[in-house]
Amino acid sequence: MIRVVLPYHLRILADIAGEVQVEVEGPVSQQAVLDALEARYPMLRGTIRDQVTQQRRPMIRFFAGGQDLSHEPPDAPLPEAVALGAERFVVVGAISGG
Amino acid sequence: MSRVRVLVGTRKGAFVLTSDGKRQDWDVSGPHFGGWEIYHVKGSPVDPDRIYASQTSDWFGQVVQRSDDGGQTWEPAGNEFVYDGAPGTHQSIDGTPHPWEFTRVWHLEPSLTEADTVYAGVEDAALFRSVDGGQTWQEVAGLRGHGTGPQWQPGAGGLCLHTILLDPVDAGRMFVAISAAGTFRTGDTGKTWQPVNRGLNSEFLPDPTAEIGHCVHRIAMHPSRPDVLFMQKHWDVMRSDNAGDSWHEVSGDLPSDFGYVIDVHAHEPDTIYVIPIKSDSEHYPPEGKLRVYRSRTGGNEWEPLTNGLPQRDCYVNVLRDAMAVDALEPCGVYFGTTGGQVYASADAGDHWAPIVSNLPKVLSVEVQTLP
Repeated sequence: MIRVVLPYHLRILADIAGEVQVEVEGPVSQQAVLDALEARYPMLRGTIRDQVTQQRRPMIRFFAGGQDLSHEPPDAPLPEAVALGAERFVVVGAISGG
Repeated sequence: MSRVRVLVGTRKGAFVLTSDGKRQDWDVSGPHFGGWEIYHVKGSPVDPDRIYASQTSDWFGQVVQRSDDGGQTWEPAGNEFVYDGAPGTHQSIDGTPHPWEFTRVWHLEPSLTEADTVYAGVEDAALFRSVDGGQTWQEVAGLRGHGTGPQWQPGAGGLCLHTILLDPVDAGRMFVAISAAGTFRTGDTGKTWQPVNRGLNSEFLPDPTAEIGHCVHRIAMHPSRPDVLFMQKHWDVMRSDNAGDSWHEVSGDLPSDFGYVIDVHAHEPDTIYVIPIKSDSEHYPPEGKLRVYRSRTGGNEWEPLTNGLPQRDCYVNVLRDAMAVDALEPCGVYFGTTGGQVYASADAGDHWAPIVSNLPKVLSVEVQTLP
């Protein structure tokens, strides 16, 4: 079970309280986690990554285990602690004003 | 007694304002989608409880929301806007070619006859249509494909398709306006398009009377007379009496012919409203006086409407989608400001009062007249 933390506005959009747990079959990567997340919450499609290019939106980052994983290849394995559910995969919205 | 529902999009959420036919006491609901920019909210003329909202964010992109109960509850609809075929390029702000990229929905225009059909005007400028209540979107590709698209360039607000007028008499005809490309017309439900900008004069263009490149801020029509169009351009208030084939200036005695909004009285096709703004770099009313100007002659002769509006130290702006009229008698007129006020007049502009005074920056105002 993968534990995912979403930014406040995406939790509201998807009507989620607290963290989300998703099942991923096979290798656990950013892409696999986001695929599972969007399958369960279709309204999140396009809000974290572009629907066509699948690229991460510019003002979104992915953190886990104290590391910024945003620039890792989408299909690269996530840390084992994330795959085992010991660490959370955190989707972060950039700190910016306005 | 009839009711009115005012749909307000702001920089930090949507608000729904309701009143009875007297339009004196108002209930305020919101913010809906707090923290998101709500570019536009508009109800279906076929089913007034069906309302569409454009919810957008620099962080999270585009969401389209749909309500089927008059704005009490909402469900996310489809948000995939993919340009048809190879998207090609338009001009960037520096004049170099730039690939078309979807950014946001500026304007949602529900069909006059089908509750599940709705058009979306987007940035980078294109027109999309949904026939399933906003679940899926297909580009009306003939607009960008008619030939001038590679020459379109953005205004300071982006290359946006911000106005969609559906002809209530000829179902195949519609008009769109793009900043800064101009006005375009189709007569076959979007298959083919032509620029309709003859008579416009824009000093910022190398050829001020060019076929395209004009920064049209807003166009309006009265449903009983769809061949007559009114336009607030970057500078100049314009009128066409032949469905856009040619335009002539009707700025007349306005204190400034720069502005964003323009709208038409619900029952008097030659009564129109604008809100003059000082200049294209000074986005506030001349002399710090917030004045709606009304022409009862279809332009040229204008009267200031000031009763109830601030007449000193007022430096707000009124954005292009932030004025609307209701269909009651007398006609109600509404507009929202960048200072967060929504003003209403229940007597066609003679007297004004704020419905709300401290909303976030208002991006759009629409009105539904309900039984």
